[in-house]
Amino acid sequence: MLEIKNLTKVYEGNVQALDNVSFNVQPGEFLAVIGLSGSGKSTLLRCINRLVEPTNGEVIWDGVDITKAGPDELRRIRRQIGMIFQHFNLVERSKVLTNVLAGRLGYTNPAMSLVNRFSKNDVDMAYKQLERVGITDQANKRADELSGGQQQRVSIARAMMQNPKIILADEPVASLDPVLAHSIMQYLEKINKEDGVTIICSLHFLDLVHRYANRAIALNAGVLMFDGAPKEIDDVKFKEIYGKEAERVG
Amino acid sequence: MRCDLKKKSSILKSLRTGLLIAISIIVFAYAFQVTNVNFETTRSEVRITQLTRVLRALAKPELVQYDTTEEEISTPFYLPCPDTGEIEEIEKNTDEAYIQTSVICASPKESITVEGFNMAANIKGPINFLAASGVKRQLANFETNNEGYFSVDVVIPTRQPVAEAQYITATIRTTTGLPKWTDTAKATWYKIIETVFIALLATTIGTAASIPISFIAARNLMKDSTSTPTSTALNIIGFPIGAYLGYIFSKWIIDLLSPFEKNVFVTLIGLIISGLIAYFSIRKGLPSEDIKKPTTSVKFQRFAFIFIAGVMTILSIILFGEFTKLTGKELENVLGPFSFLGYALFQIGDITLMLVPAITAIAFGGVVVSLFNKVGLSLQDNLNTKILKIINVVISTIAGAILFALVMAVINWFYQFNNQRISLYYPVLIGGFAGFILAAIAKPKHPLPTGFIIYTITRTILNALRSIEPLVMAIIAVIWVGIGPFAGSLALALHTIAALAKLYSEQVESIDDGPLEAIHATGANKLQTIVYAVIPQIVPPYISFTMYRWDINVRMSTIIGFVGGGGIGFLLQQNINLLSYRAASVQMLAIAIVVASMDYISSKIRERIV
Repeated sequence: MLEIKNLTKVYEGNVQALDNVSFNVQPGEFLAVIGLSGSGKSTLLRCINRLVEPTNGEVIWDGVDITKAGPDELRRIRRQIGMIFQHFNLVERSKVLTNVLAGRLGYTNPAMSLVNRFSKNDVDMAYKQLERVGITDQANKRADELSGGQQQRVSIARAMMQNPKIILADEPVASLDPVLAHSIMQYLEKINKEDGVTIICSLHFLDLVHRYANRAIALNAGVLMFDGAPKEIDDVKFKEIYGKEAERVG
Repeated sequence: MRCDLKKKSSILKSLRTGLLIAISIIVFAYAFQVTNVNFETTRSEVRITQLTRVLRALAKPELVQYDTTEEEISTPFYLPCPDTGEIEEIEKNTDEAYIQTSVICASPKESITVEGFNMAANIKGPINFLAASGVKRQLANFETNNEGYFSVDVVIPTRQPVAEAQYITATIRTTTGLPKWTDTAKATWYKIIETVFIALLATTIGTAASIPISFIAARNLMKDSTSTPTSTALNIIGFPIGAYLGYIFSKWIIDLLSPFEKNVFVTLIGLIISGLIAYFSIRKGLPSEDIKKPTTSVKFQRFAFIFIAGVMTILSIILFGEFTKLTGKELENVLGPFSFLGYALFQIGDITLMLVPAITAIAFGGVVVSLFNKVGLSLQDNLNTKILKIINVVISTIAGAILFALVMAVINWFYQFNNQRISLYYPVLIGGFAGFILAAIAKPKHPLPTGFIIYTITRTILNALRSIEPLVMAIIAVIWVGIGPFAGSLALALHTIAALAKLYSEQVESIDDGPLEAIHATGANKLQTIVYAVIPQIVPPYISFTMYRWDINVRMSTIIGFVGGGGIGFLLQQNINLLSYRAASVQMLAIAIVVASMDYISSKIRERIV
C-alpha cells in the first residue's frame, strides 16, 4: 500500500542523502531500516510524511502521491502517519496528557485546539492510550519529570492518538538501555500485531531487527543495498551494508 | 631561502605592529582633544568648592522637616552713638538666655562683638540687625558651644541715623514635634508612582504587541514558509484590495451602528446577540473534527458560516467598544474614589474602537489572501507550465505595479512631491516592469522564500526602530499627545516592542526543534504547532525578558521626563535647573530605591520561573 519510487533527496550544499530509493511496504508489515549513521535512514522516514521535502521521486500511499499533496491534503495524510523519535521529542514543559492529546491535533478544529480545548472523547482516548503503555498515573506530571523509557512510551501514546495506519519510528530505542529498548520494541510489536498498524522502524542493532522485524531494508550512503527478510543478512551482506571494517556485535 | 622568508615576514610583522601602535596612539591623542580632556579644571579651587557644595547638598536629601518655633533674643543698640547724654543700660535677667554686645553704640561699618549666654547648647541661628524701620538684616550666624555660649564678630551696617534704640537680635529656632515629609518628598512620591506605572503600561503594551511580531521575526519558524510565484503575486494584489475593502466595511458598520450607540442596554444586547451568533457560526463553520475530505458544497457552507462569524465578530468588537465606553463614563460619575476604574474602562473601549478599522482591514486582507492562495495553488496544479507562465507574467506585472505604487504612496506622504508622474505613474511603470522581468525569468512552479523575505523585512524594521532612543521617541510622542506621562508611555512602549520582539524572536530561534517536528508530523497546522510546541518552550524566557524589560523601562521612565514624557524625570530636571540640589537628591534617592528594588524583584521572579 505504501510505494516508494525513485526517492531522491539532495540537501543544500549538494549532500546526497537518498539516491533513487524504491521499495514497497505491505499493510501490517514490520519493516526495519538499517544502515550506518548518516546513511539516510532518518531522511527516508521524514520524506514519507514530508517533514523533509524530497527532491525527486514519489511516495504513493493508497493511490495518492504524498509528494504532490496540497496543504490540506497533507494534513489529512500526516494525521494517519504516527511518528516516534530517537529523542522522544516531547514538549518537556507540558503535561504528559497534553503531550498525548497533541497527537490529536490533526483531527481537531484548529480554532478550538488553540485555546487548549479537546473534546471529552479525545481526553478519554488519551487516558486509554496511556493505560495501554502503562503510565496512566503519570498523566498530570510534566513530561521532563519522566524517565527516558517512560517518555518514549508517552510518544507512542501520542502517535497512537492519531489512529495511525503507519508508524514511522526513527531509531526509537537508540537512546535507551537494552532492557528498556526491548520493552519499547515490544509495545511497537503489540501495536503492529494487535492493531495491524504498519511499522517502519530504523534500528541500529541487528538482534533487534532479527527479533522484531518481518522484513528489513538497508541503506548505505543513500543507496538501497538490501531488501529482504532479516535472516538473509549474512556476513557478506553485512559487510556490504556497514562497510568492510565493520564487525558484528550482539 | 626559507629562513630568509621567515626573517622578512618577522620584520614585516614587527613593522605592522609598530604601525598599529602608532595609529592607536594617534587615535587616542586625537580623542583627548576632541573630548576636551582638561584635568586642570578638576583641580581649580572654585570648581572644587562648587563641587563640594553640590555633593554635600546631594548627600542631604530634603526628605523631612520639623515644625519650628522661633524665639528672638534682642539687645538695644544705638546707631550712631548719641551726641549727648548717657544711654540707659537695661538690666538683663542673667538667669535667662540673653545676648550682649561689646559696645552698645557704634558707627556704621564698625566691628563689634556679640556674645550670647545661657542659651541651649549646640544650636545655630542668625544674628540680625533690626532697624527702627522694622527692616531686618542678617549680620552673621552663631553657633553655641556646649555651655550655650557664643561669641561672634559682626560689622554694623550703614543705616539712617536714628536717635532711639535699634536692636541686635539672635534668633533661636527650635524644632518641635515629629518629623514631617517635605513637599519635595511628597511630590517625589507621586511622581515615582507615576514613573512605575509608565513603565508598567509601556511594558504591558510592548509585550502584547511584540509576542506575535517575535514569531514573524524568528528565522526557524519562517524559513520553511514558501509560496509559489503565482500565489505570491496574487497575495500582493489581494492584500491591499482586501484591506481596503475591510476598512470601508468597518467604517460602514460603524456608521450603521452610530444611532444605537448612545444607549448602554441597546449596545449590551447587541453585543450579546452578535457574540452568540459569532460563536455558533464558528462552531458550525469549523467542525471540531473533520474526518473526511469535505465536498465543495460543504466547503461553501463552512465558508459562509465563517464569513458570518467574522462579520459578527467585528460587530461585537465595535459594540464591546461602545459598551465599555458608555459604562466607563457612567461608572466614572458613580464610583467616587474608584472613578479611575471607569476611566480605564472608557479608555479600553476607546482603544478598541480605534483599532477596529485596522483589525477589519487586516482580517479582510487575510481572507482575500487565503482565497487567492487557494486559487494560486489550484492554478498551479491544474495548468501546464506554459499557460501558468503567461498567467504569472500578467499577475506579477500587476503585483509589481501595485507594490511600487503603495511604497511610493508612503514616500510621497513624507516628501509631498505634488507630482502625479513621480508619485504614481513612474512607480507603476517601474514596478510593473520589475514584476514582468521577475516572472519571465523565474521558473513558474519554483517556490519563493516568502517567509524568509517577511522575516528579513521585519528584522530590518525592528533593528531600525531599536536604534532610535526612547528619548527621541518621547520628543515625537510629546508633539503627538502633549507633555505628560502618556507621551512617555507611548515612547517606551514603542521601544519595548522593538527591543522585546528581537529578544523574544531569538528565544524562539533557540528552542528545541524536536517537539516542533513531532507536532508537525501529527498533522497540526502552523498555528497549532506554535501553540503546542513553541509556546510551552518559550514561556520561561519570555517572562524573564519581560521582567528584565520592565526593569529597563523603570530606569528609562525616570529620565523620559527630561523631554516632557512625565514621571520623576520632570521634577529632577526642574530641581537641577533651579540649582536645588537637596531636592534633586530626593528624586535621585527615589530612583535609586525603585531601580534597585525592581532589580531585586525581577531577578527573584526570574529565578523562580526559569
